[in-house]
Amino acid sequence: MEKFTQHTGLVAPLDAANVDTDQIIPKQFLQKTTRIGFGQHLFHDWRYLDATGEKSNPEFILNSPQYQGASILLTRENFGCGSSREHAPWALQEYGFKVIIASSFADIFYANCINIGIVPIVLSEEVIETLFQSTNDNSQQFTVDLAACTVNTESSQYQFNLAPFHKYCLENGVDSVGWTLDKLAKIESYEAQMPAWQ
Amino acid sequence: MATTLYEKLWQRHVIEEKADETPLIFVDRHLIHEVTSPQAFANLKFHNRVLRHPERTIATMDHNISTRSIEINAAGEGAANQLRTLEKNCKEFGIELFGMGHKNQGIVHVMGPELGLTLPGTVIVCGDSHTATHGAFGALAFGIGTSEVEHVFATQTLRQTKAKTMKIEVKGQVAAGISAKDIILAIIGKTGSAGATGYVVEYCGEAIERLTMEERMTVCNMSIEFGAKAGLIAPDETTFEYLKGKEYSPKGQIWQQAVNDWQQLKSDSNAIFDSYLTLDAKEIKTQVTWGTTPGQVTQVDNVVPSPEDFSDPVERESCIAALKYMGLTAGTKITDIAINKVFIGSCTNSRIEDLRAAASIAKGKQVSPNVDAIVVPGSYRVKEQAEAEGLAQTFIDAGFEWRLPGCSMCLGMNDDVLTEGDRCASTSNRNFEGRQGRGSRTHLVSPELAAASAIAGHFVDLTKINQANQANQANQGA
Repeated sequence: MEKFTQHTGLVAPLDAANVDTDQIIPKQFLQKTTRIGFGQHLFHDWRYLDATGEKSNPEFILNSPQYQGASILLTRENFGCGSSREHAPWALQEYGFKVIIASSFADIFYANCINIGIVPIVLSEEVIETLFQSTNDNSQQFTVDLAACTVNTESSQYQFNLAPFHKYCLENGVDSVGWTLDKLAKIESYEAQMPAWQ
Repeated sequence: MATTLYEKLWQRHVIEEKADETPLIFVDRHLIHEVTSPQAFANLKFHNRVLRHPERTIATMDHNISTRSIEINAAGEGAANQLRTLEKNCKEFGIELFGMGHKNQGIVHVMGPELGLTLPGTVIVCGDSHTATHGAFGALAFGIGTSEVEHVFATQTLRQTKAKTMKIEVKGQVAAGISAKDIILAIIGKTGSAGATGYVVEYCGEAIERLTMEERMTVCNMSIEFGAKAGLIAPDETTFEYLKGKEYSPKGQIWQQAVNDWQQLKSDSNAIFDSYLTLDAKEIKTQVTWGTTPGQVTQVDNVVPSPEDFSDPVERESCIAALKYMGLTAGTKITDIAINKVFIGSCTNSRIEDLRAAASIAKGKQVSPNVDAIVVPGSYRVKEQAEAEGLAQTFIDAGFEWRLPGCSMCLGMNDDVLTEGDRCASTSNRNFEGRQGRGSRTHLVSPELAAASAIAGHFVDLTKINQANQANQANQGA
């Protein structure tokens, strides 16, 4: 997993609540056995006017010329709800998003982001509203500093919380499986005392 | 100290809990399927790691299989490739697989419980968000992503942040004709679609205790639809009775030890939860979703809401967007909404009791000429039983299509998809935009209401049908 320390990037404001993983990556694109090839289908049904993805929808925010190359997604509450499909954060990452800022995330989606190196940032609804107002009319760059846990806009700085271990894993690109395998003795001693039916 | 059921399950499974690390917990059972496992197997092989406990891992084929044929190729090229990849991986790593045509094949959350693979007091995970279903047995069960599937493969553990606890009590008894689906939709209507994010929910109260195991599974299944990490119901005699003698349930002396242990699995009477919600069972009416999240739900005898009904600006905007997508006008009576598709199936409502309930409504009636209706049993075993009981014939005689088991139109990964503008009464769990097909409109309902709507061609007030049937029977009796 790629290490994350600091990132400055263009912000795309996706003004919708409860954006579910079916929207992020519809099921017809889940038939791959690899982790790549999902970015082109990100937000497919919103992004394209046709089923085959040939006609771009000019109304959709990510198709707007001013948000091309965006790497920070600003959105609203309960982002990533629904299916556990990790294909959703894979698609966001392959498209180019490194950071997602929302007032809340669905639990499984949040864990999936941490596990692949996307930084999910929770800010209050009031702050999110302010950020939407500042980004709706003009394109803006934010800088996210993981060590300081801050989001820096052109005019303000906002602090966010991240669990210490999540922060450590993102900063160091930790192979979480390898990390746990180093504790095999503890797993073995747990297994040795389990009841027969378990 | 008094503890909740969740805290007891947590304590039994925690391997290491340190201040600067996310806690490590043991996973007793890992259920896998074709869609969310291939990349996990690939990484395991890439790192040259072993699969720690193949005997704790069970695989089935369900998400993208055809419901018309048991041939893998019938699923289409991409799906067939995923299914064959699962076959190869299971063979290579020594995992038991219930593939196409196997007597144990079925939707992962139908298959596990009916075989006795789902046991109280265990931690069960699967790369599928409806894993909460297994919480009906007092198991801590939740959905995981593919990186976590890989972590479980290699270590039989997961790193998990401890959740907050919510107690949802449904007091008293529901009225006749009110199903488990109505109970859970009514709960989601109260909490909203993210009301339990960060929580593990425990359902309790008389109305919950009176539910059968299959009904409890329907309730726990939709825990994720209001954001809960997992849903739990304390195991009791109903649970033990259901599990006794199942193929994979403990046997003999171990069974007795297990039951003794499971009887301890309940929240202490004075345990403190982080949050509480109480519903009066007799207030719960037949539910229908009108929007594009499960929380956008109302009673069948109500009308489509208006954006002005919502004081929260985000909810108001969501209502406007949902009405537009759903092609609905505020103020329309729910019973005036015409449908052209019906889907009875999914891990929420495809068990034998669901099919009995739907068949009892369909018996002797005909599906409306404007409606295409399919019934998809949850597993091969459910299919066999429904055929033996004559339910399948009842459906066929009434004009429903009777299909082979699988996830089918719940998520439309196979060819069971709706087309643009279709309006479907569905017994599944999600009414998201495009969930059942691009541009399609889903209304979540109980099996009873799905069957009744198939016949009428629009939503109907079941209490009126029941009253009419009773009057009819009384007349015939006279």
